[in-house]
Amino acid sequence: MHPAFSVIFLTTLIGIGQGLFLALYTGEVYALFKVLPPQDGQQFYGMGSLLVMVFLGLGLFASFFHLGHPERAWRAATRWRTSWLSREVIALPAFMGVAFLYGVTHWLGMETPVVYIGSVGLSISLILGAIATLLCFTLFVCTGMIYACIKFLQEWHSPLTVLNFILLGSASGFTLATAFAYFAAPDLVDFYGAWAIIITGGALLTRGASLIRNARLKPKSTIQTAIGVRHTKVVQKAQGFMGSSFNTREFFHHMPAAVVRSVKWVFLVLVFPVPVVFLGSGLMSSSAALMVLAVLVQYAGLLAERWFFFAQANHPQNLYYQSIA
Amino acid sequence: MTQLALVIDLNVCVGCHACVTNCKEWNTSGIAGPLVDMNPYGADPTGTFFNRVQTYEAGEFPKTETLHFPKSCLHCEEPPCVPVCPTGASFKRAEDGIVLVDYDKCIGCKYCSWACPYGVREFDEQQKVMKKCTLCVDRIYDASLPEKERKPACVLACPTSARLFGDVHDPESEVSVAIRERGGYQLMPEWGSKPSNHYLPRRKTNIRIHEDELVRADNPLVKEGHLPKPALDEPSFDDVMF
Repeated sequence: MHPAFSVIFLTTLIGIGQGLFLALYTGEVYALFKVLPPQDGQQFYGMGSLLVMVFLGLGLFASFFHLGHPERAWRAATRWRTSWLSREVIALPAFMGVAFLYGVTHWLGMETPVVYIGSVGLSISLILGAIATLLCFTLFVCTGMIYACIKFLQEWHSPLTVLNFILLGSASGFTLATAFAYFAAPDLVDFYGAWAIIITGGALLTRGASLIRNARLKPKSTIQTAIGVRHTKVVQKAQGFMGSSFNTREFFHHMPAAVVRSVKWVFLVLVFPVPVVFLGSGLMSSSAALMVLAVLVQYAGLLAERWFFFAQANHPQNLYYQSIA
Repeated sequence: MTQLALVIDLNVCVGCHACVTNCKEWNTSGIAGPLVDMNPYGADPTGTFFNRVQTYEAGEFPKTETLHFPKSCLHCEEPPCVPVCPTGASFKRAEDGIVLVDYDKCIGCKYCSWACPYGVREFDEQQKVMKKCTLCVDRIYDASLPEKERKPACVLACPTSARLFGDVHDPESEVSVAIRERGGYQLMPEWGSKPSNHYLPRRKTNIRIHEDELVRADNPLVKEGHLPKPALDEPSFDDVMF
């Protein structure tokens, strides 16, 4: 497939925003059970939620560049019964809305318990955070399923696709949370740093598994099934036009195989080992620069990862467009 | 239920592109607006077409066969492009099974084109909406046209009658009979999309000549052992008798 930068930025930006939100809420739940020290509502949760909104907003903004008619985008919420894209269009603003309220309630200091379950008191912000967490995972699943549900894009048609979106987004979000905590909540830096490293390791496992799976895929469609001629050797002699068309532009990355291969190694290095090394040494030396560097390097790596994700998917329609003349 | 579709006979298609030209002409002149042609006189002309004719070669020289292959929307019975559309702009008509795009609802996200394994949807770079073959829905029901012209433009244009049009759910229609009796098949059956359009395969007409048909085997005297069988260059039994 042709990697469109609008979609690359959309999926990576909302991924890091969702991951940061999960990190914030995890910290709050741990604090509820007194595992972690409680944090200042305004400085940490309020500002953190603002950061979440910035990333989600940028992602939403990027998504509009993918549309031919952005002014009709509201229509995309109508077919949620059948379309994962439509479900994502609902889940993204819903998550943004509740995450926004979560930040606002923290900002306004509405942190006194309103409901008690046993001895545990739940504040409004805590309840909103639980709803937002649910919506956050819904959004991850919707985003992943947009790609995973197309069965003839065999590289994507796997539960690993959804898992990768969840783990890669969470990894980048927890890395960001580590750097953010350095400035806003220094006693949480180690907690977030450790989780960022663990989730990055988990993402390496699932992303690696999908790379191995995709390397072994055998295409179900062949030129023989595409045109229905039973012969071992069938070649295309003409595709019906001498210039280009939507079909030659949208479904192929137009890069030499060497570039695709090197992008794979670039993302494998930039998403996984380098940020882990930066984070680890940043935690040990408590260096803000190293933590911020880890965030930037991992995000750059995720851009490469998403580019490769699209470039690797081989659409069966390409069978019909193999030779100009 | 009705399912309108095309049946394309690859045995008689000569790859002349008349269907492509007539399709473009009809569909660029309709109420839905033109089918874009970008940069028509430049180095890289590109545009939106509903129908393309491609050419394939099977086998290795000298034992090769050229195959001209017209390709347009197959109006699948289980169209994978329809459920993925977030706006409902892409839909399949219940009354005749034609898969259409509502150009006023399409947001141009191109997701439907990703969900079509055949690559028959083409984005219009000018109107910024997805377009595809409509089976000339604005022709086939037009009561102001003579009845024999109420067919898709590509069908009317084909000089070799390689394109048949009709209801594939009616077992006695011309298209159903053609599929049944002439080996009609579907493209990429492995995805379960059940294309309504079918293709008729190339067919060879061979005469099988047996060895004994090349020599005189009809001489009853040979069978009865009265006379030796005449050689090929000798006068035959018939020449002697009459």
